Amino acid sequence: MSNVLSLTTFLPILGVLLLLFIPKDSKGVLRNVTLAVTVVTFLVSLIMLAGFQTNAEFQFVENVPWIAAGPFIMRYNIGIDGISLWLVILTTFIMPIAVLSTFTAVEEKVKEYMICLLLLETGMLGAFISLDLFLFYIFWEVMLIPMYFMIGIWGGKNKIYAAVKFFIYTMVGSLLMLVALIFLYFKGMEAGIHDFGLLQFYNLKLDMGTQIWLFLAFAFAFAIKVPMFPLHTWLPDAHTEAPTAGSVILAAVLLKMGTYGYVRFAIPLFPEAAHKFAPLIATLAVIGIIYAALVAMVQEDVKKLVAYSSVAHLGFVMLGVFAFNQEGITGGMLQMLNHGISTGALFLIVGFIYERRHTRLITDFGGLSKQMPIFATIFMIVTFSSVGLPGTNGFVGEFLILLGAFESQLRWFTVVATSGVILSAVYMLWVFQRVMFGELDNPKNQKLLDLNGREIAIMVPLVVMIFVMGLYPKPFIDKMDPAIKKLVAQARIAPVNAQMIPAAANQMQMPADHQGAQQMPGAEPGQMPAGHPGGGEMPAGHQGGGEMPAGHPGMDTSSSPHTSPAVNPHDAK
Amino acid sequence: MDMILIPAVNMTPILPEIFLSVLAMALLLINVFNPGGQKSYLAYISFLGIIAAAVLVGIGWGSHIESFSGSVVLDNFATFFKMTFLVAAGLAVLISDSYMEREGCNHGELYPLILFTVVGMMLMASGTDLMTIFLGLEVMSISLYVLAGFNRANKKSNEAGLKYFMLGAFSTGFMLYGMALIYGATGTTRLYKIATVVGQMTLPSANILLVAGMLLMMTGFAFKIAAAPFHMWTPDVYEGAPTPMTAFMSAGPKAAGFAALLRIFLVALPTLQVEWSQVLWVLAVLTMTVGNITALRQDNIKRVLAYSSIAHAGYALVGFAAGNGTGTAGILFYMLSYAFMNIGAFAVVILVSKKGDANGNVSDFAGLGFKKPILALAMTLFLFSLAGVPPAAGFIGKFYLFSGAIQKGYIWLAVIGVLNSAASVYYYLRIMVYMYFKESTEEFEWVKISAPVALALIIAAAGTLIPGIVPSIILQYAQMAVKLM
Repeated sequence: MSNVLSLTTFLPILGVLLLLFIPKDSKGVLRNVTLAVTVVTFLVSLIMLAGFQTNAEFQFVENVPWIAAGPFIMRYNIGIDGISLWLVILTTFIMPIAVLSTFTAVEEKVKEYMICLLLLETGMLGAFISLDLFLFYIFWEVMLIPMYFMIGIWGGKNKIYAAVKFFIYTMVGSLLMLVALIFLYFKGMEAGIHDFGLLQFYNLKLDMGTQIWLFLAFAFAFAIKVPMFPLHTWLPDAHTEAPTAGSVILAAVLLKMGTYGYVRFAIPLFPEAAHKFAPLIATLAVIGIIYAALVAMVQEDVKKLVAYSSVAHLGFVMLGVFAFNQEGITGGMLQMLNHGISTGALFLIVGFIYERRHTRLITDFGGLSKQMPIFATIFMIVTFSSVGLPGTNGFVGEFLILLGAFESQLRWFTVVATSGVILSAVYMLWVFQRVMFGELDNPKNQKLLDLNGREIAIMVPLVVMIFVMGLYPKPFIDKMDPAIKKLVAQARIAPVNAQMIPAAANQMQMPADHQGAQQMPGAEPGQMPAGHPGGGEMPAGHQGGGEMPAGHPGMDTSSSPHTSPAVNPHDAK
Repeated sequence: MDMILIPAVNMTPILPEIFLSVLAMALLLINVFNPGGQKSYLAYISFLGIIAAAVLVGIGWGSHIESFSGSVVLDNFATFFKMTFLVAAGLAVLISDSYMEREGCNHGELYPLILFTVVGMMLMASGTDLMTIFLGLEVMSISLYVLAGFNRANKKSNEAGLKYFMLGAFSTGFMLYGMALIYGATGTTRLYKIATVVGQMTLPSANILLVAGMLLMMTGFAFKIAAAPFHMWTPDVYEGAPTPMTAFMSAGPKAAGFAALLRIFLVALPTLQVEWSQVLWVLAVLTMTVGNITALRQDNIKRVLAYSSIAHAGYALVGFAAGNGTGTAGILFYMLSYAFMNIGAFAVVILVSKKGDANGNVSDFAGLGFKKPILALAMTLFLFSLAGVPPAAGFIGKFYLFSGAIQKGYIWLAVIGVLNSAASVYYYLRIMVYMYFKESTEEFEWVKISAPVALALIIAAAGTLIPGIVPSIILQYAQMAVKLM
């Protein structure tokens, strides 16, 4: 079971090999085999969920040499912590649903479509589990290819424009990130780092000027993927033109690559620069929230509306992440999962009515609830989740984000962003009203059939998750908590040291951390409301350098350093 | 090599060259005595000869033998490049036969000419004397002029041959003049001696003869590798020449040009590195940008690939401007990968174009993706590799080239390089857009993949994909090759 992570990641590739031997005319077999492969992948990923130890360590680590040439050493270095665990599970959870949704939607070139889906799954999983910067980059890029073909081959009217725009936008960003990545490697070499292993780079202290450039390059690549205003323009095109399964995966998983990139790379690698740019990013996030909500309101195409709502939701995630505190990042992480579920569900819903009516214009509908009661109920639940009604998952995420951001230096951004919650209620409820209520006057709509068994089967897991995560989010938060605590500690600004501290000097972190804590903006314990639940836990984040396994390139889960909170500098004072 | 009796001259370093020359002459004779009819057997003999030569070259790996009073050397650098030339020539031979047959110009001289080109290129890679390098260059160029105009019934091919000849001769003049000036400044044409003499100069960068000679030589080579602003001949020649020869020209001679450039500048003129890297910096930026921007507007598939080939010379120049181990090893790796991926792409172009259709357009690929899925898949692989998307060899090559620049501190050069790379994605994607996203009007019934072409495609695809996933298998040799130059 030591290779369970690799197994999860590459099972879809095995599925592709299987599909190659199936004649392309036996569509049913192709669909069922693909579904089986994704379900098995999901089940295998559940083994990891069960075996996951609740601590901040990377687990299921595999670390073997891959490329060793010249100044570079790349390793096949993978592992997951509480943050990537959930994104992996989200991916494996969404994939069978996406596959199932294509059973009637895609009739042409089924074999190629299924191959694209499976390749995409491997690409996405690979990006979430990579602990080697180079490996991450490879998966990050590879992911583009199947998505490009999915939009371009099975897309709508404007598919070519959308596919090429999607590819080139992402490519520009990621290539600049590549330059930054190489530069970072050479910086690391000066400090005695000899491979692309991510964890060692966490301990690399870069001077501010370097950090700023590197952060900008990484942040730009991730901002395109998130997408953040004003780099979001590829998203409505891609979403609108992509086939349903493509939209679902794009919204549910691919966009998370961007926010995950910030959480895993941009912030912990360049914490000082991240702090410096936090106001800018928060500004863009808030503009994104408000702007996307306003644009969503006036859309006539339901799918476009959902696409813009994605931009707004991801704006919230970014706001939470850049609060740099426990609540904000936890909220951001939860909201990533929530968005994956609720927006994925929304795209599926749009897909259902599109399959029946071949139109997505809001004005073509009205009064569908009379004809399709099950559909109406599910749509309503998903709408509530997307709006963030208490009791649904959306509420938990948004609440934590706003709470965290309000306590941080981003207080005033939060105030503005909160109005975005209202706006999202406006456009979502309005579209629900226009589509589902009113007179069923369009004769074409009077013959619509309600959801069939397969469609209900697709939606049930999503609806269940909406309520589970809304009513009892504790298991989710508990698993990710230690990893987020570690991230909060990493994101805390230490005094900028002009010199780079060699990776081995772990112990030196402690005093540095101590000083850093005093300068920490926003999250100072004194500012924190006394009765606040998270406030008391904050100092626990001071596990600091002692816990970071970065100094041990060959680390494995067994050699985990002490996980109990290290000496708390505040208590020691 | 006991049987070679000439004392003091060790023939071992040029054994592959001798072998290929003899084979080429024998093929010429065979061709004379069997006029007309099928010429396929010449292609097969040439291909086997190339494999045999590759074995001869491969045996020399690891040795370091100077010969002919230090004007030729057998070292890993030469060996690596010789392998690259043989790959290019081997693939070119495989894709030539059916094309030449189809176009009605299957003259037997084609294969000996390709072999002579390879001999010239090999001399360029192993020469350590300006004269040897020049001789190699001329042997290569003259054969290439003929190859470009090989389809003599076709006006465009004639134009290509003549144009290539005129501009090539012109550039050779520059180069020779540069070599003469360097001889004037240093009193020798031996690269190692030039290095010694230049090293003893108090201020070599103020020596006008030397600097002018260096620049003139660079100009000459810039013509050969099609670097902007000396690239004007490239699109016309590439478009007009028979497609297999275009494929060969874009990969082999370009690599040879880089081999000679690297050898001359890194061995003879390292003292002037500050000066020449600045020139190369500018040259690299110009070449990449001109190539990519112009390629965006092309409809003719051969012209797209021609301009893309200019851009690729630009990427390689990035590594050269860096001039460090990472960058130069990147060039070696890239040239080999480029031979695989570009000749592979041209092989698909040959298959998709019809007889006499020298103007194959990008739109001719419409719908290929689902009518000929395997062929289209191969083309997709080659195009993604050319665009530098992982996991293909093209990505690893670019990664090392740009890494070299970054290591050297040329961050902006690397940034311009990646932005160019991003722009290039557009025109590579455009071909894929036609292949997969547009409905076909044709059934592609004329696309017939003969066994040699299939073999070429398999080799090219393997050479593009495998080093992309496990690059060490080639990179380690590239790095050994540049280490001991």
